[in-house]
Amino acid sequence: MTQLALVIDLNVCVGCHACVTSCKQWNTSGEAGFLSDDNPYGADPTGTFFNRVQTFEVGEFPNTETVHFPKSCLHCEDPPCVPVCPTGASYKRAEDGIVLVDYDKCIGCKYCAWACPYGAREIDEHQKVMKKCTLCVDRIYDENLPQADRKPACVQACPTSARIFGDIHDPDSEASRAIRDSGGYALMPEWGTHPANHYLPRRKTALPIHADELERHDNPLKVDGQLPRPAPDEPALDDVTSW
Amino acid sequence: MKPAWSVILFTTLAGAGQGLFLALVARDLFGGAPVAFVVCGAALALGLLAAGLVASFFHLGHPERAWRSAVMWRTSWLSREVIVLPLFMALVAAYGILHWMEWPEAALPVTVLATIACLALFVCTAMIYACLPFLQEWRTPLTVVNFLALGCASGLSAAAALAAWLHPPLASAYVAAALLVGAFAYLARLAALARNARLRPKSTLATAIGVKHPKIVQIAQGAMGGSFNTREFFHGRPREMVRAVRWSFLVLVFPLPALLLVAGGNSAAVLSGAFLAQYAGLLAERWYFFAEARHPQNLYYQAIA
Repeated sequence: MTQLALVIDLNVCVGCHACVTSCKQWNTSGEAGFLSDDNPYGADPTGTFFNRVQTFEVGEFPNTETVHFPKSCLHCEDPPCVPVCPTGASYKRAEDGIVLVDYDKCIGCKYCAWACPYGAREIDEHQKVMKKCTLCVDRIYDENLPQADRKPACVQACPTSARIFGDIHDPDSEASRAIRDSGGYALMPEWGTHPANHYLPRRKTALPIHADELERHDNPLKVDGQLPRPAPDEPALDDVTSW
Repeated sequence: MKPAWSVILFTTLAGAGQGLFLALVARDLFGGAPVAFVVCGAALALGLLAAGLVASFFHLGHPERAWRSAVMWRTSWLSREVIVLPLFMALVAAYGILHWMEWPEAALPVTVLATIACLALFVCTAMIYACLPFLQEWRTPLTVVNFLALGCASGLSAAAALAAWLHPPLASAYVAAALLVGAFAYLARLAALARNARLRPKSTLATAIGVKHPKIVQIAQGAMGGSFNTREFFHGRPREMVRAVRWSFLVLVFPLPALLLVAGGNSAAVLSGAFLAQYAGLLAERWYFFAEARHPQNLYYQAIA
């Protein structure tokens, strides 16, 4: 069983929104149709996005930390949005675990959005169908693209490599290793949705350096220059050879 | 949640229609209802259901594809409702026609089937809301009880008004039943209000973003002009208005109609007033039902910047 997913490293996300714009560009240009916008250059721009970067402030001033938090569909292993769909437009693919919406079957009843605790689904106000992250399903299997480009657009765009794409059911994948080694966690575990996407927590980055680490007491490079060259009959550094 | 008028109208109109049908069936059990009353009652119930059905279509982005929604009945309560509603309407129509033809042998099995469909429809409609685990305000058997009891109460009020108009000897029995069922429905609704007042949300910002800190404040939500998430899941009304709606339904759903029912005697006008007041109360009740529910996704949409 394959379960494709994103692992998002909150420790390195800088909140640049490159994943958002790259996602929007790719998914508004595909054969599934555009993602509609209203007032894109006006006072209250709004539109359909698969991915958003939100910002939270944790702690109390002055001990605060800014957390940039990219949020898209988590492709839950037990997705609550799928069984409630009356038409079967919302479905989870058996072969790779991606949760998708069939835009031709969707009746726009919004029940799936009500059934998603993460707010990952957004209706397209003009096409009147529910839309959500597809993990760039039209890209990751495209054999016309070079192997390196067969990744979701957001992963390709991330300048800090905060987004890792892979099969979390394969214990040797980079995504699985990141979850295992860096304390990957799921959002709102209390609802039993088992999100496939995981987040890596912020980490304290500290580099303690002590004086004796700056200067080794047997530092040969410094010692060499200061000491006179020993006489041939005198013991050398290793007591065996002489100069 | 943002109250959707299409759904508010559908659940209240269909509920009243279903209640009215059950009121007619109850009269059947004791026998002795004139044909004209039963046929008119069935027609009125059918009209209420049809009005509800029309209202529900306004909830859909693609109503022309509504036929597809009968597919996933194995998993989706909405799909089950979509199947049971037209089935029930057809059975109510058959019930009315068979009574009009005065063919009791055929009417009996139709009545039994229609009653089952009617109860199933109440369960389906309520379970659409009660089956969502993280909408904690809805996730309770009281949701099913309330949809059923409030629907029956409004149906009995309508039956009382109809009886006063077409067959006055029946009115007093319906008034008594409407008072009894209305009182029960009112108590069940109060129980749901008391339960929800004590609810603690299971999800917090800490579980939403996975940062274990008691103090987390949202700075930006990733959109400046709002999004579907801010439009669909927030009612955006001041707290005073929500409270006023609650008080208005607490008065209109039972106390005021009860007063009119008791004082009305056999006056069709007063009993109709009781039904209309109760129906207005149910509109407010359903509005509050939606407004009261706090969706956990709202945690991600606390601030625009």
